[in-house]
Amino acid sequence: MSVISDIGDLMLGDARADRVVPPTGFTATLTLFASGAMAFLAVFALALAFATGRLAERWEGALAQSATIRLSAPDGEVEAQIEAALTILGQTPGVASARVMSQAEQAALLAPWFGPDLPLDLLPVPRLIEITETGAGFDAEGLRFRLAGEAPGAVLDDHSRWRRPLAEAAARLRTLGVVSLGLIGGAMGAMITLAAGAALSANAQIIGTLRLVGARDVFIARAFVRRFTLRAAAGSAVGTAAAMAAIAVLPPAGGETSFLTGLGFRGLEWVWPLAVPVVAAIVAFWATRLAALARLRTLP
Amino acid sequence: MIELKDVGMNYGGGTLLDGVSLALPQGSFHFLTGPSGAGKTTLLKLCYLELRPTTGQVEVFGEPAGNLDRDGVAKARRRIGVVHQDCQFLDHLPIVENIALPLVVAGRDTAAEAGNLAELLAWTGLTHRAEALPPELSGGERQRAALARAVIMSPEIIVADEPTGNVDWEMSQRLLALLLELNRMGRSVLVATHDLTLIRQAKTKVAARVLRIRNGKVEAAGADL
Repeated sequence: MSVISDIGDLMLGDARADRVVPPTGFTATLTLFASGAMAFLAVFALALAFATGRLAERWEGALAQSATIRLSAPDGEVEAQIEAALTILGQTPGVASARVMSQAEQAALLAPWFGPDLPLDLLPVPRLIEITETGAGFDAEGLRFRLAGEAPGAVLDDHSRWRRPLAEAAARLRTLGVVSLGLIGGAMGAMITLAAGAALSANAQIIGTLRLVGARDVFIARAFVRRFTLRAAAGSAVGTAAAMAAIAVLPPAGGETSFLTGLGFRGLEWVWPLAVPVVAAIVAFWATRLAALARLRTLP
Repeated sequence: MIELKDVGMNYGGGTLLDGVSLALPQGSFHFLTGPSGAGKTTLLKLCYLELRPTTGQVEVFGEPAGNLDRDGVAKARRRIGVVHQDCQFLDHLPIVENIALPLVVAGRDTAAEAGNLAELLAWTGLTHRAEALPPELSGGERQRAALARAVIMSPEIIVADEPTGNVDWEMSQRLLALLLELNRMGRSVLVATHDLTLIRQAKTKVAARVLRIRNGKVEAAGADL
């Protein structure tokens, strides 16, 4: 059986071959509905993958462009080490700016945990230097090495230990979205295989007649393959359109709103869901083709 | 063209056919008779490769059937016109499309064959019923349509299973005339029937060989016909 010939028939159509199988039956409705539902879910899984991708970029971007130096030193050495650290930072390529956070800013950072009346001047709280990076970033290891030599109380935190788990979580969410797409495709293939098997069984008498007049398995399979592929494409096109409409009317994400309100597509990402009916048709083509040929081999 | 060599066929632990040898050369006319359940239909199915023998060998067009793969069987069937006992139509298609079905499955251009199709409809007297669905036809019309479908590919042999089983006398005469005409055109014909009157009438017009299945064996029928 030539796959190319099958695909050609699929695109061009063969009305005569199509007509040998009755057009109605529960498998038609089942295939349309299931492929529509699967496409609907697939579009949401795709949106999830894109949203988590954006989330990962945002988290990484927000933390990657800044770093902090935490400086703890004995009384009397603090100011000297701050000066030394600022001098080093001023000489470090990739550092756009560096400033010492005021006690009021530090108190504001600690307020959620210790309350607004924290007497910072009485507590051995380290001083913080906020670093803003250039786009190219700086050499963290080199900076640490210099700080260790000239401001031994300074500890550089480039946020990587915060960034890494966040990036990993986002990557796993994205993987989850992709795995969901795979599972949806697999489930759709399984469903179409079952529906094609049921259709072949229901049409066993017709298959017998076709064989009586000299039909090869390829001819019989082709009639079913074309039908199921077109049904799956049509059903998934409707499901895709419905899902895209549903996503389009989701509440818009704004500012620091939650992740879920950011679910959706932006810009050219809207093109991706249009591939869902095409992929569904490809899945249906192969599922039906394999199921039909396997089933026909078992029929006398 | 079709030859059965020492063929045996077992069904459900019993022996239906035992050591049957039969040759259907080109241009021959054979009747196969015998009581119901004797194995007439089974023998025909062996001839058009719907069944494979338990023992022995079937050769079609010089090729052992056992050597044919599924595509090979399909191609061989295009050279054998079969008139099935219950006609086996696709009930959702008009009768003209049912008759043209062998052309469609063979990938032939039905538009180019439209003239032949029209002639065939006229020959079988079904022109006015061309667009009717199979369930709308009478028994005789169905049998004639089945015969038309069997010959549209110009097969080398016609195998008919009780073609006059469900029709009246007049229609059986018409069907017999069609089969005799096909035989005169050089086609081999094998008809399974227990209509002895039909056989006697045919023998007055063609040198038909009459075979009888009895106790799993095929033998030449005697003068009792």
